Amino acid sequence: MNYFPEEVLEHVFDFLKSHRDRNAVSLVCKSWYRVERFSRERVFIGNCYAINPDRLIERFPRLRSLTLKGKPHFADFNLVPHDWGGFVYPWIDAMAKRGVNLEELRLKRMVVSDEGLELLSRSFVNFKSLILVSCEGFTTDGLAAIASNCRFLRELDLQENEVEDHRGQWLSCFPDSCTSLVSLNFACLKGEVNLAALERLMARSCNLRSLKLNHAVPLDTLQKILAQAPQLVDLGTGSFVSDPDSETFRRLRTAIQKCASIKSLSGFLEVAPCCLPAIYPICLNLTTLNLSYAQGIHGSELIKLIRHCGKLQRLWILDCIGDKGLGVVASTCKELQELRVFPSDLHGDGHAAVTEEGLVAISAGCPKLHSLLYFCQQMTNAALITVAKNCPNFTRFRLCIINPTIPDPVTMQPLDEGFGAIVQSCKGLRRLSLSGLLTDQVFLYIGMYAEQLEMLSVAFAGDSDKGMLCVLNGCKKLKKLEIMDSPFGNLALLTDVGKYETMRSLWMSSCEVTLGGCKTLAKKMPRLNVEIINEGDQMEATPDDDRQKVEKMYLYRSLVGARRDAPDFVWTL
Amino acid sequence: MEICAVYEGDLNLKATELRLGLPGTDEPEKQNMSSVRNNKRASPDTAEDGGSKGDSDAKKQAQVVGWPPIRSYRKNSFQSKKTEVETGMYVKVSMDGAPYLRKIDLKVCKGYADLLKAVENMFKLTIGEYSEREGYKGSEYAPTYEDKDGDWMLVGDVPWDMFISSCKRLRIMKGSEAKGLASGV
Repeated sequence: MNYFPEEVLEHVFDFLKSHRDRNAVSLVCKSWYRVERFSRERVFIGNCYAINPDRLIERFPRLRSLTLKGKPHFADFNLVPHDWGGFVYPWIDAMAKRGVNLEELRLKRMVVSDEGLELLSRSFVNFKSLILVSCEGFTTDGLAAIASNCRFLRELDLQENEVEDHRGQWLSCFPDSCTSLVSLNFACLKGEVNLAALERLMARSCNLRSLKLNHAVPLDTLQKILAQAPQLVDLGTGSFVSDPDSETFRRLRTAIQKCASIKSLSGFLEVAPCCLPAIYPICLNLTTLNLSYAQGIHGSELIKLIRHCGKLQRLWILDCIGDKGLGVVASTCKELQELRVFPSDLHGDGHAAVTEEGLVAISAGCPKLHSLLYFCQQMTNAALITVAKNCPNFTRFRLCIINPTIPDPVTMQPLDEGFGAIVQSCKGLRRLSLSGLLTDQVFLYIGMYAEQLEMLSVAFAGDSDKGMLCVLNGCKKLKKLEIMDSPFGNLALLTDVGKYETMRSLWMSSCEVTLGGCKTLAKKMPRLNVEIINEGDQMEATPDDDRQKVEKMYLYRSLVGARRDAPDFVWTL
Repeated sequence: MEICAVYEGDLNLKATELRLGLPGTDEPEKQNMSSVRNNKRASPDTAEDGGSKGDSDAKKQAQVVGWPPIRSYRKNSFQSKKTEVETGMYVKVSMDGAPYLRKIDLKVCKGYADLLKAVENMFKLTIGEYSEREGYKGSEYAPTYEDKDGDWMLVGDVPWDMFISSCKRLRIMKGSEAKGLASGV
């Protein structure tokens, strides 16, 4: 029952920006559902196989902005074969056919083809924003289509995609009439770009706020661009190499000094450390600094740079900063909210890197810290307990000890107590990744205390099914659970099958779950898709041997049943 | 380095890139062998260890597919840095009066001393001693290079790292031109 005319309801709903609020509102009653669905313009789909394009468009005819996520998170780490799925083409095709007025498309871990990009560029007259994160399957030809055909393009943001570079002139495809660009990020492209075309494009894009260049753009071009774009807020440099005595470098310094608005800095894909002083003037205003791809900046240069950045809120760096460097961060960056420390040495040779000391220093110096990703050589329970006490506001806590099963090196104990302290202290924790030697005890703590937990990543942890059961039972808000190489089996999987309909997805690989267990689950829960990824044809020979262990299982709730685009090696039970 | 590929036109170093082992961790289908329980999954070997499969668990676990949890994009961009080192960085070397040019791999040289010795061997000449004030004394030759801006610079003024990233080609100047550089700069 409602006493408001629908126009009023719609106006009120306009103020609801978050998807959760809109989802909640649509469940109140039928008329609210109807008003909401006709007024919703932005839709987020966390699993592209949970629904299909037709039903989406049916429900939300005024769709203008769509966010889609495809492959499971562990696909980032090569655990999912390339052709598993996550194709965006059917979505673009359906929206084009049904006349959706699409303006924004955001994709993560999806397979995007040049045909898809071409169709996208031709089908939606008002298309403004394309953001691709960790996607693959397309080439610079697809980008050329976007550049050529999207007349009102404001944003083209490519983050960490695998793009085949055809050495074409995609940048030159932006017509002279295109002056609407606000954000351009092509840092992940491997090939050369037409520098003259880039300079001309930048010169006519007076609304440009965010620019991230790839490694092929030299400092000379950067200087020319900055001279014309002092209004930039977000800059990612390409190559930052020059002779500090050259005219080019002098011009760069002058141009940078005029860029009073830059708040976010990244790039330095190639860098000569002696050139870094040019950016010191803008460091004072930086709130975001991403040096995680700047392998050329080492220890002391890195520290020197950070000393200038007193206002940092978000910092992404490589572990070559060392514990001492993190100490400098702790004393300099009092406003720090998010820290990510990535490994610079990927083959475990042992040098460089940070330890628990660095993390403790950060926690002591940066009370506003709430989001952490930390790759380190070792961790202790004492350190974690201290961190938990210093920073009770963590919402995201991801710890990756490079050797995943080592105990606390001081006490030789598992890290159960340390992580237990984290979940107990951080009442708002929504995302957690574990590592180190861990027993069922840590899962007991998680189930008991992590009330807001939505995503949990587990590797090489636990002793028995009890561990997984504690989590499934205790974490009421759990949405995504991903487990690799842990001894959880059918008992854990099958005890509370209803739980999975309250979650987005469950991933289990190299665990103790058997084919029989998965079949049972699939039978009991028709609204779940239980997929077995069967590489190497291990199961082809004996598909009825229910005792064999399943290498990779991915299950997710879905309103549209088994997907029809699964490759041969994916079985939906 | 990418610079070479551009300036040498059709060389297309990427296509003929020599990799010293498996091409990174991009092919889980081939590398993911049947799993053995209790955390000792067979791991994809990478050339960098040179056959360390028999090594400690620590090393092995560090290379299990899916661990450490680093995005393949990130892994690949770091790895390509390593392979760039392996392909070498060849620049043309011309000498005034010589009938044809030579090529030298800058990556093989650890510094200016190595480079100059290599050039001296290649053209059977002596280059002389470098000094900041007077350039190269003691011979009629002066080693110069063309940098990214297209200017001809004297070899030796800037740090080695900066030199190799900005050097497009080398030219050994001879005679009066060289004298002009060598004296009173």
